[in-house]
Amino acid sequence: MKKVYSRPKSLKKATFHYCPGCGHSIVHRLLCEVFDELKIQDRVIGIPPPGCSVFAYNYLDVDMAESAHGRGAAVATGIKRACPEALPFTYQGDGDIAAIGTAETIHAANRGEKITSIFINNAVYGMTGGQMAPTTLLEQTTTTSPYGRDAALEGYPIKLSEMLALVKGAAYIERVAVNSPANIKKAKKAIKKAFQTQIDDLGYSLVEILSPCPTNWKMSPIESWKWVDEVMSKEYPLGVIKDITGEKDAD
Amino acid sequence: MTKTLMYGNTAIGEAAIRAGCQCYFGYPITPQNELTEYMATHLSRRKGCAFVQAESEIAAINMVYGASLAGVRVMTSSSSPGISLKQEGISYLAACELPAVIVNMSRGGPGLGSISAAQSDYFQSTRGGGHGDYRTIVLAPSSVQELADLTHRAFDLADKYMIPVILLGDGMLGQMMEPIEFKHEAPRKLPIRERAVRGAKGRPSRIIKTFTSKPTEMEEINWSLFRRYQLIKKNETTFETYMVEDAELIIVAFGASARIAKGAIRNARAEGLKVGMLMPVTLWPFPYEKIKELGRDTKQFLVFEMNMGQMLEDVQLALEGKREISFYGRPGGVIPTPSEVLRVISRLYHQKGLKKAK
Repeated sequence: MKKVYSRPKSLKKATFHYCPGCGHSIVHRLLCEVFDELKIQDRVIGIPPPGCSVFAYNYLDVDMAESAHGRGAAVATGIKRACPEALPFTYQGDGDIAAIGTAETIHAANRGEKITSIFINNAVYGMTGGQMAPTTLLEQTTTTSPYGRDAALEGYPIKLSEMLALVKGAAYIERVAVNSPANIKKAKKAIKKAFQTQIDDLGYSLVEILSPCPTNWKMSPIESWKWVDEVMSKEYPLGVIKDITGEKDAD
Repeated sequence: MTKTLMYGNTAIGEAAIRAGCQCYFGYPITPQNELTEYMATHLSRRKGCAFVQAESEIAAINMVYGASLAGVRVMTSSSSPGISLKQEGISYLAACELPAVIVNMSRGGPGLGSISAAQSDYFQSTRGGGHGDYRTIVLAPSSVQELADLTHRAFDLADKYMIPVILLGDGMLGQMMEPIEFKHEAPRKLPIRERAVRGAKGRPSRIIKTFTSKPTEMEEINWSLFRRYQLIKKNETTFETYMVEDAELIIVAFGASARIAKGAIRNARAEGLKVGMLMPVTLWPFPYEKIKELGRDTKQFLVFEMNMGQMLEDVQLALEGKREISFYGRPGGVIPTPSEVLRVISRLYHQKGLKKAK
């Protein structure tokens, strides 16, 4: 009999602590599949953020080090500059990468740092209990936008990936979602390409992942998958946002 | 050995490279830019080394954190307002037991303050500075030669105790030129860092973190750090004394103030005033025991700082209220002259009716 599905070698034998329907566990698994397929488990260094996914180090069987909120890109820069053969990646939520860590992210991209960012966009601050994120949609209710996000008072949902596309050092940026088997397959392809971009020394790579947070969205897992399709991806269209990897040769 | 005429700031840079510093991350701020520029010139194109001008001091210290994770000798530098921004990263370095050298060529504060030399970051440097229960080793040079020597020592101490080390200078030391000699050549072999994360090649994967949902686990980390701090106190407390043997009055001063006080003491001695000095070289760990010991024979102390009285509190702790302590301070970036300090010494000496030399 042919084996078509098994636990990736890079995924530790631990039970995920994430809520039912949460996107983190899916993304963790995809990362590990990519590490195995690219045979980079022994070169990868993960920088998980403060937040639910700080515990990523309990699941991903690669070197990992915690970072201060928002500083992932700077930490990864330090690692990469000190150890160019390593493959550091940051794992950051929307508040982490698009609010407190915007400066670190944009400047790392602009320097063309050979690092990879996995950007989990779930439109809320998850671990702190569902506050408004920079990516919260207009009219979306959160604990700190209890009357619905109003552009006049709370500004607009920020589109970090599109902003980063303007930055010359960014080589590959794609937005994907993990709310259906088809989308999950595309997400894996994007993650793999992002790491390949780093392996080939082509510049900064980022994959934005629309990821359900049923607990803070106060939805069932099924409803949250639908919400990603019907509401979230209207504001954040899926697809390749920037790809100059074909135009650049590896150094 | 030949002597080289160097600015304080550039002497730190050269000493760092000789100490095996492989990475430097910084952000421009006066009065320490010559150091950043020196590293850009001498480190950025060197094989196996890296220099990044970061987008902020916060980014710079987090790059330091990253490079230290990867196991190399790494440094950043700034001045007071920039050091405030670095405190977050310093707390993480301390928590994760990561060595790094952080240079503060301090200036007048609070706020944007002045760009002239001051010593008002004593509290911030010696009490941890960021959030949480931690310490950093703090070294206080008082000349360009000491800037170079203590830079080298800072790297060694950081590696020995897996701790961030602060080199607390000031704008005056950084901007002044003196002939110095470099007593150390670049070490052929640097200490191997057991816990470096560079990819799990031929070994199990490694996690560097403090975060835990169990307070008792964090308490254990705090205890472990505390035990190391006790060891540092025991082994590394360093100070210098100057003419204390027969002193009726002892001045306690560090860094540039100690340098100024030394000039004043020489002139006071010429007038027959029996004045000596205790200069802490490590501000943390602080030489409490030595000051207590000096207090057995000497009844009068004068603390002199370029601030409103910060180290003063440590001297008060050391002397336990048993000896009289006066204070003279000039904050804001004002640099007092030796003759000004001499006037303070003479007045105090006569007010207290201290005995002159025969």
